[in-house]
Amino acid sequence: MANPLKGEVIRLYKTWVAGKLVPISSSIWARGGVHPGQLLYLGREYPKGAAYFRERLKFAFMKNKDETDPEKIKQLVARGDHVIKELEALYFLRKYRAMKKRYYEPEN
Amino acid sequence: MRVIDYAVKIRVKPDNSGVVTDGVKHSMNPFCEIAVEEAVKLKEKKLVKEVVAVSCGPQQSQETIRTALAMGADRGIHVEVSGKDYESLGPLQVSKIMAALAKKEEAQLIILGKQAIDDDCNQTGQMTAALLDWPQGTFASEVSLDGDNVKVVREIDGGLETIRINTPAVLTADLRLNTPRYATLPNIMKAKKKKIANVKPADLGVDLTSRLEVLRVDEPPQRLAGMKVETVEDLVAKLKDAGRV
Repeated sequence: MANPLKGEVIRLYKTWVAGKLVPISSSIWARGGVHPGQLLYLGREYPKGAAYFRERLKFAFMKNKDETDPEKIKQLVARGDHVIKELEALYFLRKYRAMKKRYYEPEN
Repeated sequence: MRVIDYAVKIRVKPDNSGVVTDGVKHSMNPFCEIAVEEAVKLKEKKLVKEVVAVSCGPQQSQETIRTALAMGADRGIHVEVSGKDYESLGPLQVSKIMAALAKKEEAQLIILGKQAIDDDCNQTGQMTAALLDWPQGTFASEVSLDGDNVKVVREIDGGLETIRINTPAVLTADLRLNTPRYATLPNIMKAKKKKIANVKPADLGVDLTSRLEVLRVDEPPQRLAGMKVETVEDLVAKLKDAGRV
């Protein structure tokens, strides 16, 4: 399944994974858009460390690499989007709470 | 501005001359993120025409400007300060730079974070306003721009204060002003097309000489080890010993 996005996706993933290109099935990436790159980029700030995040991300994508059912792919991509939103919320809350704790009086 | 990331555990250099910065993760000062967000929001509401992100520092400051561009700023200005000048760069020098740039760019509003989480000075906004003889709305938790004036709700001890000041003005952002958007990868990619101008402080006629000298940096005192007690009576006895009850 050739897709103009596939090149973009691979480039983005490659950019962020220390030069090592992981072999991937075309079907998942065709619909995957820029998720791998986006998720990997978000993983830099993960509390347990970027390396831990990268491992888990790779595992999650590899587990589903042979998926061909368009419906299932749509669901997986939706889950990817959801994870992105969760991570952004996590990062914001952590930072907000740290700032609040350091700079403001505790509210009684 | 670029500071050591808030989540990093700070280490003091063995010679107590400062903190370790080499190889340490840096990011945009959290209060500056809020300032950038507010500026971008004003542009989205079509209340301002253009948002210019400014950072003073070494080459790496460009990363911080890129983040601001990814959040929605239109262009950036990187004021190059490195080496010894950067080590002694403080609110006085930065505010002189900001004042010079504000005049050059004919800015209507300067929005800064209320303080940097590294030096905790909380002075740059105030000094900039003083140098420009502009009104200031500091510790802003709410900003409403209305033609040639701006209503600012300020966080103060014991509550909130609402003031109205004319533009051009300087505002400093407090924690509750807004929720900064995350600079996503696609936006960072798009932001690469936006321009960052390079400027030297000398070009702006700014003298970076510091009037301060850091004598020593020390870690906070270690918390004393806690003591374990077996019974309530023990606890009361120990508290009495320590003069606490």
